[in-house]
Amino acid sequence: MPAIELKGVVKRFGEITAVDGLDLDVPRGICLGLLGPNGAGKSTTMRLLTGQAIADEGSLRVLGHELPAEAKEARAEMGVVPQLDNLDVDVSVQDNLAVFARLYRVKDVRAAVDRGLELARLSDRRTDSVEQLSGGMRRRLLLARGLMHEPDLMLLDEPTVGLDPQIRTQLWSLVDLLRSQGVTILMSTHYIEEAQRLADEVAVMTHGKIIARGRPDELIAKHAGRETAEVYAPPARLAEVRAVAEAQGLTVRPAGPAIAIVGSERASDGAIPPEAIRRAASLEDVFVLLTGEEAE
Amino acid sequence: MRRLEPAAIAGVMSREVANFRSYWKSTTFSSVLEPVIYLLAFGLGLGSTIVDKVEGLDYVEFVGTGMVATAVIFSSALPAMFGAFVKERFQRTYDAILAAPVDVEELVTAEMLWIGLRSGIYGSFPLIVSMLFGLDPAPGMLLVPLFAFITALGFAGFGIATAASVAKIDQFSYVTTLVITPLFLVAGTFFPIDQLPEGFQVAAQFNPLHQLVVLVRHACFGFEATDLLRVGGLIVFTVVLWREAVRRMSKRLID
Ligand SMILES: Nc1ncnc2c1ncn2[C@@H]1O[C@H](COP(=O)(O)OP(=O)(O)O)[C@@H](O)[C@H]1O
Ligand SMILES: [Mg+2]
Repeated sequence: MPAIELKGVVKRFGEITAVDGLDLDVPRGICLGLLGPNGAGKSTTMRLLTGQAIADEGSLRVLGHELPAEAKEARAEMGVVPQLDNLDVDVSVQDNLAVFARLYRVKDVRAAVDRGLELARLSDRRTDSVEQLSGGMRRRLLLARGLMHEPDLMLLDEPTVGLDPQIRTQLWSLVDLLRSQGVTILMSTHYIEEAQRLADEVAVMTHGKIIARGRPDELIAKHAGRETAEVYAPPARLAEVRAVAEAQGLTVRPAGPAIAIVGSERASDGAIPPEAIRRAASLEDVFVLLTGEEAE
Repeated sequence: MRRLEPAAIAGVMSREVANFRSYWKSTTFSSVLEPVIYLLAFGLGLGSTIVDKVEGLDYVEFVGTGMVATAVIFSSALPAMFGAFVKERFQRTYDAILAAPVDVEELVTAEMLWIGLRSGIYGSFPLIVSMLFGLDPAPGMLLVPLFAFITALGFAGFGIATAASVAKIDQFSYVTTLVITPLFLVAGTFFPIDQLPEGFQVAAQFNPLHQLVVLVRHACFGFEATDLLRVGGLIVFTVVLWREAVRRMSKRLID
């Protein structure tokens, strides 16, 4: 039985259809990266999984529990790290953890708190109030808080959004640690590097649907090919290069100031100018091709 | 899972206790000092010069017992209203709690219970202060925290239901001016309501604060048989607002 099974899930907010016929299976023991641009419906999907949003259509099972009827049972067995920090700012670090240990019905609250402090590397800050912590520390605490009951399934909604790159790496090590312990993880992100780095499988989501799914290397091979050529040049020259490449049936996408010719290994004479930089195709190529959004 | 699990309710209340440690000094300070100031101003000021006896009581005893209701509404309806709004909207605390195995009914019930307990204690302070001003102790007074608790539960429900209904925090001004101030003034705390026009007197019977004022005075000076009806009325008030708070918060918190 998969950890998460969604079939034909639809969630509307008035005129907006945030989740639009979503099918998603997450097998146990993997880290699935839900990769999509802002507004794709990632957070709404997470809230559907905790029963904090109720689907208009479709069926949802989490750890064998039917939602929304058994949402509370499902929540008892999973941990959640929300996109927006909702720690108790006036309360000490250890009390933030202790309250959630109690909410998760943990028997030995003190042991759970100590374990959480160690994981978040905040043992020496235990009596400080959350207000005194840095952004990275708060994120680590938020993650530790969702792990008080040692759940089998973790939902991480954009776990590193808004963090400095260096602090992001710290958080990635924490997620890696969970993966190595066999925790099933559903992680949403709009950072390609994050999905590439952490996810066993990636599901690309846009406009409330999954449009591609697979291991990063599979997705790259299928949608982008082997190699991408990036060309940096003045706009007029770029337009010229683009026209030649597109005439050969190659896909060209904007890449900041440059253009990227995807699948350049298939190009024949003259399509790839000598000044082009050839590199291995990446998940970013897939993301931009499939979603039409520039990557971050 | 069962409804209204004690473990879930206790967990949510433990969060309130943890927070209380950071602000108990200021709220306790004002809860003690406020009745002292009122009793000095009204009791000694009005009581010694303008008003002699009211309903057979010294004015300071009349106001002191009545002020239990004032303390109750200001330590329940207002903190519930502002607290629930801040926790729902600005701090997203309720979102955090609902991601754990806690449902909206348990969350609202725990928040009401916490405010009810706190207010049951704060609500009794005016009685203790009044004793310093000459009110004689009576065994019935031991029931005052219970009456205050039941009433405060209802007003906590009112505050939470209101917080779940307004779009912006400044809309609370309407609620304070149109609901809370009239309830507090026409409760029989500072003047007996039988001096008011008949319409107001009838309306006051439906004011839970008035019923609380009467119950507290009777607890100090002798119960009457109708007091059971008054307690029953307060319980009905509390249950209705509890259900309303749960209903409105569910609508607000679950998309
Ligand atoms: N509570 C809500 N009310 C109205 N619209 C919402 C609500 N939550 C999300 N939406 C809308 O649903 C869409 C998907 O949002 P979201 O799930 O937050 O996307 P993501 O997390 O992928 O950025 C967006 O258009 C967003 O504005
Ligand atoms: Mg989001």
